[in-house]
Amino acid sequence: MGIEMPLKVAEVIEANTTEFTAQCYELYQAPPFGSLVKTSTAPVEIYGIIYNTTTGSIDPGRRPLARGKEESKEEDIYRIHPQFSSLFRTECNVLVVGYNEEGRIHHYLPPHPAHIHSFVYQCSDEEVYQFSQSLDFLSLILASQGKSPVPVEELLAASLRYASRTHPERGEFLITAGRELTLLLSKEVNCLSTILKRIQGE
Amino acid sequence: MNKNMHYEEQEDLRLGIVTGGSLTRGLDVKLDNTDLIEDVSVGTYVTIAGERHHFLGMITDISLEMVDPMLSINPPDLSNPFLSRVLNGTIIYGKLHILPQLTLSGSAASLLEGPQQVKTIPSHFAMVRQASEQDIARAFGEEDEKHIYIGNPLDMETKVCLDVSRLIERSNGIFGKSGTGKTFLTRILLAEMVQRGNAVNLIFDMHNEYGWMSTSESGYEVKALKQLFPSRVAVFTLDEQSSSRRGVSTDFVVEIGYDEIEPEDISILQETLNITDKGIELVYELHEHYGKKWLDRFLSQSVQETQEELEQRIEVHRGTLQALRRSLSQLKRLHFLVSEARQNSVASLLAYLNRKMNVVLEFGRYRDNILAYVLVANMLTRRIHDSYVRRKEQAMGESADEPVPLIITIEEAHKFLNSSVASQTIFGTIAREMRKYNVTLLVIDQRPGSIDEEVMSQIGTKMSCLLDNEKDIDSVLTGIHGKSDLKVVLSRLETKQQALIFGHAVPMPIVVRVKTYGTPDSYEHYGSITPTRAKLETEDIDDLWG
Ligand SMILES: Nc1ncnc2c1ncn2[C@@H]1O[C@H](COP(=O)(O)OP(=O)(O)OP(=O)(O)O)[C@@H](O)[C@H]1O
Ligand SMILES: [Mg+2]
Repeated sequence: MGIEMPLKVAEVIEANTTEFTAQCYELYQAPPFGSLVKTSTAPVEIYGIIYNTTTGSIDPGRRPLARGKEESKEEDIYRIHPQFSSLFRTECNVLVVGYNEEGRIHHYLPPHPAHIHSFVYQCSDEEVYQFSQSLDFLSLILASQGKSPVPVEELLAASLRYASRTHPERGEFLITAGRELTLLLSKEVNCLSTILKRIQGE
Repeated sequence: MNKNMHYEEQEDLRLGIVTGGSLTRGLDVKLDNTDLIEDVSVGTYVTIAGERHHFLGMITDISLEMVDPMLSINPPDLSNPFLSRVLNGTIIYGKLHILPQLTLSGSAASLLEGPQQVKTIPSHFAMVRQASEQDIARAFGEEDEKHIYIGNPLDMETKVCLDVSRLIERSNGIFGKSGTGKTFLTRILLAEMVQRGNAVNLIFDMHNEYGWMSTSESGYEVKALKQLFPSRVAVFTLDEQSSSRRGVSTDFVVEIGYDEIEPEDISILQETLNITDKGIELVYELHEHYGKKWLDRFLSQSVQETQEELEQRIEVHRGTLQALRRSLSQLKRLHFLVSEARQNSVASLLAYLNRKMNVVLEFGRYRDNILAYVLVANMLTRRIHDSYVRRKEQAMGESADEPVPLIITIEEAHKFLNSSVASQTIFGTIAREMRKYNVTLLVIDQRPGSIDEEVMSQIGTKMSCLLDNEKDIDSVLTGIHGKSDLKVVLSRLETKQQALIFGHAVPMPIVVRVKTYGTPDSYEHYGSITPTRAKLETEDIDDLWG
């Protein structure tokens, strides 16, 4: 097995203990919703889950205008105005769900938040597999309820679907995760059934 | 880690974990998986691995639980395998109710002490698994000279044994409604006791079932004691004709002289003979006046004569005398009653018992005749008890040997032991004085609810087949730990050949499938266990003294 270079995708531009915001190097090239990323802030690597992605104007004062009235294809807009790609940016909000210290994964919040300008890498399948050996991150996600504009059920379901792809026994993994969620959400049956519906088809 | 080894090996039998409860109310156990629910049944045993002890407990209830009542309004679709696996054992789960009974301790020192009655409970989330055959065997002991194999637990092949020495220490009871197997269970117990010889039995055999052959409900013939142990069992009969017609080889024909009947014998028959309180007073007066011959005189002479003779003592109404005479005339229909008996039945009964011969007294054509049964059983028992009291007292004064423990078996026990007569009859006395004079009872009854409460509380070991009357169930379970739990168990027994056994001779209540009696191989066992050598020697010495 060759050493896979981790895929560098973004850079931290704002951070606190529970989350950080990263700007993607490429417009629209954010890691998928619910996927696992990491950022290195020596001596630890902080793991996070993408919970919200926004694309907008670099200058908050200037809103983009609609440009495609005369064009037949959307790509033509960017072809005609190549500068647009650098006027907009894509940002991700990342929920901190653990960290890695000297090769040991902890599923709780790190001692310090990420530094600004830390690089953000997309985790490899192997890392996702290792990280999701424990399902404690589910309770950290649940605790973020209300923070993001995205319903927490959606985030839970997306992160489980994403992680499940790396497990050879995908169905078993989802059942175990489902049972864990059932215990966490035993008092919120409606919320639970929403999530279960979203992961059962996998 | 080490001490749990044994239990970890059997991980596959794991049922769930303890989630709460108390010693008196019992423990709640959450099943790991609802699928297990249909594999467990009330009356079976579980073991619980506590920190320092292992506990044995009985499943007394099974229920379905859910964490959120919302689920019953909007039930999940459990036919979906994913949902079913996610939800089972998490927010919907099965719950067992367990009555803790014994601690099987883990340490080597306490292994020697054997199982102890529970005095504490396991801690939270202790692991619960189905009891193994070894766990049950450890609690009930192996079948041997000192342990009677009576049957098997539900769903298990382990033998459930009764401790013989504890069994004969107290009076015992066999209950259950008609046709549930009381007589079969009694035959098993008697046969086991006869073959061990720790006690001698006197059986008042109302239905002619214990001495010789009888037919089971399903039509096959069942052997009884005399056939199994010809040299250790004697059959006495009240009706020689009936016995010989049935091919029974009898040892003694019982006759009872009118002069042997005492006022007390009549007084317990007050209801059966329909005698008023005044009438009973009169019986005592007659006895006072005429002495031993009172009954014969009263029945043979005219009412007028009696009235005149009594007038010197007391004033009596002719009406009372006439009514009493009518009642007592019913005794004339009992042909074993004679003016004077040719042989003294009590003396020969005692002679057999002293030689450690077990005696079955057949009622022949008087089967189901309550008058005959109560009269004879009460009269004979009273005399025998007198003799035991005398001998026991002599033994205390060291001028004689202790009498061999005697067990008297009576059917329809409530006739002798209901609250209105228990205080007067000899049976009430025996039940209450425990084994002070080496005499105890084996009572068999369909209606334990009619037996006097105090007498019930003195019964050491109770073996109950199915009962469905609330009052009967209540009376059988009086005073037991976890009564309401065991009620469920008792009323769920099979209609035949299953019994809940609890009390002095077993370490904890247990439901058994009573072993089968009546098949050729069931008899093979008898004769395999013989009285111990020492006992035989004393028997021989007794014989020398005659
Ligand atoms: N241990 C057993 N072995 C074999 N058969 C049994 C056993 N127990 C019960 N049975 C069956 O059940 C029938 C009824 O049992 P039994 O005569 O002992 O009932 P009972 O309780 O004494 O009834 P009753 O109150 O009417 O006297 C028997 O005829 C026999 O067929
Ligand atoms: Mg019977």
